Amino acid sequence: MRRRAILGYGAAGVGVVALMLFAGWWQVDGPGGPEPIGQRPVALTAMDFRLTDHEGNAVGPETLIGRPTMAFFGFTYCPDVCPTTLSDISGWLDDLGDEADEMNVVFITVDPERDTVETMAEYVGYFHPAIRGWTGPEEQIARVADGFHATYERVPTESGDYTMNHSASVFLFAASGRFVTMIDYHEPREFAVPKIRRALEEEMEGAT
Amino acid sequence: MKKYILTSILAALLTLGGLSVPALAGPEDVVVENAWSRASIGVNRPGAAYMTIRNTGDEPVTLIGLTTPLAMMPEIHETKTNAEGVSSMSPAGKIAIAPGESVALEPGGLHAMLMRLQEPMTEGETFPLTLLFDDGGEVTVEVTILGISARGPED
Ligand SMILES: [Cu+2]
Repeated sequence: MRRRAILGYGAAGVGVVALMLFAGWWQVDGPGGPEPIGQRPVALTAMDFRLTDHEGNAVGPETLIGRPTMAFFGFTYCPDVCPTTLSDISGWLDDLGDEADEMNVVFITVDPERDTVETMAEYVGYFHPAIRGWTGPEEQIARVADGFHATYERVPTESGDYTMNHSASVFLFAASGRFVTMIDYHEPREFAVPKIRRALEEEMEGAT
Repeated sequence: MKKYILTSILAALLTLGGLSVPALAGPEDVVVENAWSRASIGVNRPGAAYMTIRNTGDEPVTLIGLTTPLAMMPEIHETKTNAEGVSSMSPAGKIAIAPGESVALEPGGLHAMLMRLQEPMTEGETFPLTLLFDDGGEVTVEVTILGISARGPED
């Protein structure tokens, strides 16, 4: 907070330039294409992508229809946000107990270059058993992100390799495939769990 | 300097006894609490460590860097999440801590980023992490390694 105040007007100027660069990137190469920023995901029934889960099964949006879904993007080389999100999700699933058995929980990598099927299998094995890891060719990852209106970007690091910026929200869909809501990064459990219950309840309504 | 080293050893010994024991830094009264990290899978992925750094002295202190035998390139990083929910991470630079204030290194914010691991981080073990301050002062803490899915020092 204090630092933000100190940055003041200088930062505003830099921000405008950065925003213009970002806008240019977004319109030309961005995973969101010509869509406005921050749009909600389309329904799973309107998505089209082919991926592979951490057990080697072919998966796509149709894999998720029929059960409520919790999905999020990340990468296994992420030191901070992704293990934290996976831990948070594991905690929510523990809170939900048996209800969690009714859900799909999917971790989709934005770093298919390093996150092979084997890598995903090893990684998700450390978290809640309900969590599935999905990977696939880069252009298919781009298609999933497009459907979710999620963004990701490869950023080189000083040490010579790279890290990924990515959408850190958790997306919730009803059993019908309709998008319900999202859980922001680090949203407290007392807000997150009721949101998941809401997605689960929509399933009940859909069934009756 | 001698006082720093002595107190650092004392701090390391104290910290080995349990997470909640503060590491006393000596002249500058820097207290590091709840230092923890998550286990790694091998050495190819970077690790992250978290802690609370408290300045209990009368003078401001400025954290300028890190060293540890565990990682060739340790740095203070900050994760930020923008209005679109996109998270990114970048070096945080120097961190000034005013007298009586503390800085939290916690998931999703500031963290000690441990790049180029020299050995795997194994649950149940600890490693020494030295905080470097701009006046030449150093504070070494033993960081406890918890499980990969740990959420905080209490896990
Ligand atoms: Cu991440």
